[in-house]
Amino acid sequence: MNFTPASQAPASPAPASATNARNYVNPYLAGVGIGLMLLAAFVLVGRGLGASGAFSSVVATTVSATAPGHAAANPAYAGYLGDGTVHPLRDWLVFEIIGVTIGGLLSAWLAGRLRLSIERGSQITDRARLLYAFGGGTLMGIGAKLARGCTSGQALTGGAMLSVGSWLFVAAAFAAGYAAAPLFKRSWK
Amino acid sequence: MNAPWLGLGTLSVDQGLTLALLIGVGFGWFLERGGLGNARKLAGQFYLTDLTVLKVMFSAIITAMLGLFWLSKLGYVDLTLIYLPPTFLAPQLVGGLVFGFGFVMGGLCPGTSCVAAASGRIDGMMLLVGMLFGVFIFNEIYPLFTEFYASTPLGQVTLAEQFDLSHGLLVFAIVAMGLGAFVMAEYLENRNRN
Repeated sequence: MNFTPASQAPASPAPASATNARNYVNPYLAGVGIGLMLLAAFVLVGRGLGASGAFSSVVATTVSATAPGHAAANPAYAGYLGDGTVHPLRDWLVFEIIGVTIGGLLSAWLAGRLRLSIERGSQITDRARLLYAFGGGTLMGIGAKLARGCTSGQALTGGAMLSVGSWLFVAAAFAAGYAAAPLFKRSWK
Repeated sequence: MNAPWLGLGTLSVDQGLTLALLIGVGFGWFLERGGLGNARKLAGQFYLTDLTVLKVMFSAIITAMLGLFWLSKLGYVDLTLIYLPPTFLAPQLVGGLVFGFGFVMGGLCPGTSCVAAASGRIDGMMLLVGMLFGVFIFNEIYPLFTEFYASTPLGQVTLAEQFDLSHGLLVFAIVAMGLGAFVMAEYLENRNRN
């Protein structure tokens, strides 16, 4: 038996970032973990996960703080402000998304993946990548409002609840993503 | 029948918010562990080079769906007390199209952008700011298209009810579809790697 002592084992030639990327867990395992979180939300609280709703609460709270009359007159804000008895940020999705951020931070930190960076391909500048991120975020904000939810609230939650509109949203989002993919190829290559 | 707890008034609001925070931590943890804080990895879904998004999303949906199905079959969960997102065909179709375009442009979705930002990715932070701006724009112009927003309502309806299928058969079909998608995803990744 040919046994190589640990001290003589060939050192990994991969740079730190590539090593970290390989340390991502099996995607099916991550999916089951997320599914169990979603199931816990269903069983314990009677509702699912979400993300865009928390952004709506933040925007409504900010607009209401700067222009209360304007916010109260528009049902798109008023729906997130409630009747004034409870602060609009004392909300299930707001707390959940704060948790998501903490969980992401913890996981990245413990895996040694915590560092300032811009994720992009080699054929695009940092500036262009950040502009695309802003533009993509803006479109997703509009799209998620129109669809009443995003990949969390519609695709995951509504998907597991077998909602008709949620599955329509998923089909439409992926169809548009594949159709538009050639336009943004340089961002990732 | 003793779940959902909060729906039946077993939990206080503060306990609900604490749970929201804890469940969120788990959600964010698994998203980051699976690599979904990485925009290039997510974007790989649209070029068929990295199908992590499909694998994570579909296995999450299947896990939660099967869990709910069996917990309700065994009489532990009352499905009618769990919030079912209502369907509005036209706005959800258009919203999905706009969202999908933004998804491949930005490389992250709203939830994963929080994870990306938390792990230090500046593109994730920019996408977050863009999301807030997009929601603001939508809200400002919302009074112009309230009619479209409320158009083509089907109510709170599941695929089983809509297509007159049994709940069990639909669950079985979605699991089968998911397993088929996983096989296809592994094949495509092997073929398209490099």
